[in-house]
Amino acid sequence: MELTVNGEKVQVADGLNLSGLLAAQKVENPDMVSVQVNGEFVEKDQYGSTQLQPGQEVDFLYFMGGGA
Amino acid sequence: MIDFTEEQLERYSRHIILKEVGVEGQSKLLQAKVLIIGAGGLGAPIALYLAAAGVGTIGIVDADVVDLSNLQRQVIHFTADVDRPKVESAANKMRAINPDVNVITHQLFAGAENILDLLAPYDFIVDGTDNFGTKFLVNDACVVAKKPYSHGGILRFTGQMMTILPGETACYRCVFREPPPPNSVPTCSQAGVLGAIAGMLGTMQATETLKFITGAGQLATNSLVSFNALNMDFRKVKLKRQANCPICGDHPVITHLEEAAMPLCDLKAKH
Repeated sequence: MELTVNGEKVQVADGLNLSGLLAAQKVENPDMVSVQVNGEFVEKDQYGSTQLQPGQEVDFLYFMGGGA
Repeated sequence: MIDFTEEQLERYSRHIILKEVGVEGQSKLLQAKVLIIGAGGLGAPIALYLAAAGVGTIGIVDADVVDLSNLQRQVIHFTADVDRPKVESAANKMRAINPDVNVITHQLFAGAENILDLLAPYDFIVDGTDNFGTKFLVNDACVVAKKPYSHGGILRFTGQMMTILPGETACYRCVFREPPPPNSVPTCSQAGVLGAIAGMLGTMQATETLKFITGAGQLATNSLVSFNALNMDFRKVKLKRQANCPICGDHPVITHLEEAAMPLCDLKAKH
């Protein structure tokens, strides 16, 4: 199925859940990101149970803690 | 409205001819009070541009002294400033750029016990801090004190920012619920940062500050603006204020300010 991940179209396996997508996108550590699916935040403990649907927009928002 | 001197009309002429700024906007800038937390990579361009723009009162907070490893990106500090307090070094340059500006130095760490007092006299706060403990503290304090502020963060070749109007728009905790576990996300001292990235993001934060004061355009609220300079991709992801946000939501669970414990490597690292 096709998803839009961080603004780009990607092909992923049908039936993938959010944990699977994070792994497929090489986000090694889920603690590094906040995730929105179709503009709604998903709690970290829901990643495994969040089934992705074709055409959904997924955004990974990364922590950036630097400034000095 | 302020009565401008001939010299001020000339100094600010490129602002005054902008229809979004004009004499009214410049007058607002000269009467504005902005606090910059951190006189480092982000604080440097923010302080330089806000001073040049004629922001009338600028407070700057930093406990550190200038280190040789700062000079690759903290462009407000010069080689001769090594070992000088950063706030003194910064204030010196800001006053040299623009004698109209009243610079107030706060040579201390912003912590849970002093941050509300620090924020109180200012209209707008700019986060130029370098660790998650302080970034979350700045957010929480701005929400509690209802101070509009600019969040900024950088790492390696990337940067992110959002502007927050507490009670109206999404706050940092709406996006990032709590600080990441220690060492799950590297800091700049661990991972590095390209010097000019601090300039890119800091000038974006300075722009938001000037827009807030003058009322020009639309602020980057309810969105996280991020870029990756390796391919010069810029993105703006829309966000919403979260009803279940622990600090700005309908039923806040954070009732007093505290700093998250930071890993020792962050505290000891030279910034």
